[in-house]
Amino acid sequence: METLANLALGFSVALSPYTLMLAVIGCFIGTIIGALPGLGPSNGVAILIPISFALGLDATAALVLMTAVYYGAMYGGRISSILLNIPGDEPALMTTLDGYPMAKRGEAGNALVLSGAASFVGAFLATIGLILLAPVLARVAFLFGPAEYFALYLLAFCTLGGMASNNQAKSAISACIGLGIAMIGVDSTSGLPRMTGGNLHLYDGVDFLVAIVGLFAIAELFFFIESHGKGSSIGVVLDKVTIPWKYIRQTVPTMLRASGVGFVAGVLPGAGASLGSFLAYMTEKSIAGEKGGFGTGVPKGVAAPEAGNNAAAGGALVPMLTLGVPGSGTTAVLLALLMTLNITPGPTLFRDNPDVVWGLIASLLIANVVLLIMNVPMVKIFVKILSVPAWILLPGVTMVSTTGIFALTGSYFDLLMLVGFGVLGYFLRKLDVPTVPVILGILLGGNMEDALRRAMTLSDGDPSYLFSSPIAIGLWIAAIAGFVAPMFLRGLLKKPQAVSD
Amino acid sequence: MTRTLLKALMTSAVVAVSATGATTLSASAAECIAPANPGGGWDFTCRQIGKILFDIGAVDKPVQVTNMPGAGGGLAYNTVVSERGSDEDLIVAASSATTTRLAQNAYAGMTADQVRFVGAIGADPGVIVVAADSPYQSLGDLVEAIKADPGSVAFAGGSAVGGFDHLKPLMVLKEGGFTDITKVKYIGVDGGADAITQTVGGFTQAMTGDMSEVVSFLANGDIRVIAVLTDQRVPGFDDIPTAKEQGYDVVAVNWRGLYVPKDISDAKFEEWAGKLQQVADSDAWAQAMKDNGLAPFTRVGGDFQSYVDGLVTEINTMSKELGVLQ
Repeated sequence: METLANLALGFSVALSPYTLMLAVIGCFIGTIIGALPGLGPSNGVAILIPISFALGLDATAALVLMTAVYYGAMYGGRISSILLNIPGDEPALMTTLDGYPMAKRGEAGNALVLSGAASFVGAFLATIGLILLAPVLARVAFLFGPAEYFALYLLAFCTLGGMASNNQAKSAISACIGLGIAMIGVDSTSGLPRMTGGNLHLYDGVDFLVAIVGLFAIAELFFFIESHGKGSSIGVVLDKVTIPWKYIRQTVPTMLRASGVGFVAGVLPGAGASLGSFLAYMTEKSIAGEKGGFGTGVPKGVAAPEAGNNAAAGGALVPMLTLGVPGSGTTAVLLALLMTLNITPGPTLFRDNPDVVWGLIASLLIANVVLLIMNVPMVKIFVKILSVPAWILLPGVTMVSTTGIFALTGSYFDLLMLVGFGVLGYFLRKLDVPTVPVILGILLGGNMEDALRRAMTLSDGDPSYLFSSPIAIGLWIAAIAGFVAPMFLRGLLKKPQAVSD
Repeated sequence: MTRTLLKALMTSAVVAVSATGATTLSASAAECIAPANPGGGWDFTCRQIGKILFDIGAVDKPVQVTNMPGAGGGLAYNTVVSERGSDEDLIVAASSATTTRLAQNAYAGMTADQVRFVGAIGADPGVIVVAADSPYQSLGDLVEAIKADPGSVAFAGGSAVGGFDHLKPLMVLKEGGFTDITKVKYIGVDGGADAITQTVGGFTQAMTGDMSEVVSFLANGDIRVIAVLTDQRVPGFDDIPTAKEQGYDVVAVNWRGLYVPKDISDAKFEEWAGKLQQVADSDAWAQAMKDNGLAPFTRVGGDFQSYVDGLVTEINTMSKELGVLQ
């Protein structure tokens, strides 16, 4: 009852014509930012923060605008994943695996609507979870120390084998390339630079947006040039959009499970939306077994990562609001926004600033409904933007994403790296090595290493510390099972077909 | 719809271009470089000081803030040293982290004497924190426990090994007569709040950080601050004892200040120092400090430069003992 009263307070703060207008604008901008490769949710929000100050928005209005952009970007990332096979942002990475094959089969509209619905379910359940469980879940973060985090990341890497390729060795090589790249930069445990060659631009490591745009968009451009514009994988036709009720009904259990997995991954500080979509996809893949055909364009493979990443986006708000610990890159930027508004998130936020917290929650619900309306019946508008001929679209996307990359640090060095990643992506694809594990390696490798080294510091180098808690042991068992099981099952089941472009 | 969108994009592009044009024309406006993304401490320094400078009439035009993230401030430092060494209208946000990194040679060979530190006008007091249910009631308890068994206490902090948060407890321990500082366990996590989570969760026994990072947890009763590393108790937190009054003469604050390029005239350097003093004396700054958990800490001009030089030497020596610097 108290929750309802609080929620009413939130809506009274967030529901005015003016804030509604901001929510609609934010959702629209967010969806476009998410859809454009190179502009992820975190730099989208970061770019818009100065604008919200320039407009002189008050705390509530600024929050409504920013959360609308945040959720909008989470929705938008899937559009280019499905239509172009280029993830719009890092959490949308997994959506390329089944979304693009579906689109190639002529089911682009179905894939978009289904993923829109899955995004809504994920984000909606996560917001409900945030309302009901935030204070309780905040305590979960206290249970995760370095050993538990290490086991969690290990689980992610162990389930990697066989993903997006029917050759596990190639997946492993690809993941190792990513892990190697993740080692570049200032070592956060010792504070000393590693493999930077004394170059200051490499001290912060390699930004995964640079890697994503390079490996996907720039590499795609090279293929396009090589084939003289013929036979490019881009240019999916989208005739009419209907609501694929059959697919939605089929995938309801998937969406619910994926939302749960994604939400929990989001709640853990540092794990974030990418891990959420990844674990959701992998869970569903293992539940469906190899007969499920994951990787060939099945509806479940589209619904799972989208529900997962949107749920994780909501879950990431839990530690940010209750502990002041951002659960993802984007919530780190939102945290900065709150701090500049003189609101310090932390254990006392719910008690001291109920109007801000519940206003934020109400605006999340509003943004989510606006996005569902925008992304299901109006999906054609966004598709129109991306469905111009490939010879215009591809250079256009490249131009916009290059600008986005340049905006990250304002240095030409990132652009050189971008081209480098493009070349790497070109050769990896020629060799039929999947590029998704490279990105996961870059995304998670640094965190995993930090967790291991912290654990070793705390235990004086005693490896048994890694198995010292029930949570850690549970995660280790899941990780080993995830690694070993496919080897035994492979003989019994049919291999999934590789995605061929 | 596409056309409308294109139109909107083009309009905003035109607006953006004319806006940039306008700022380039007014070349005399001062610029403040925040060597980090919007939202952090350096960004706060630039935006607050820049705004107050204009509001109190110390500068004629609004101060333009440029964010230049990269290499923990190293990218901005490099730009100032190599490209804008004599720019009289340039100020750059700095803090204890800047001097720590310079002392540890973390800016690819650049040294502290390649710019001039013009002043600090506020500081985030250093704190040592334990969980509310911890057996350690005072700084003395903690230091004695480490003396008896260095492995029994692990610290968590928001900076890397050798960073300022790591050095704080080491300064206290050295003061307490414990010299084998490489034996002290420390893990660097992603920020002060994360360090508190690890400490409340029992993975580490103590947290080292800044006052502003712990305020919210303190109000909630999760933690106990056993020492604040300032000369006197911090107003508003009068029940927290200083390390000094517990017998450990250590002052470690995260100051917020500015540096300017090296080759500007002495007259200009003094002018900036004076302006900074004006900001420090303003009511607006007093309010900004209160809102952000900063304590007064004003040192400007030559006085500040010699404070920084001393700090760099001290950190450099300690880092060598610690082994993070050859």
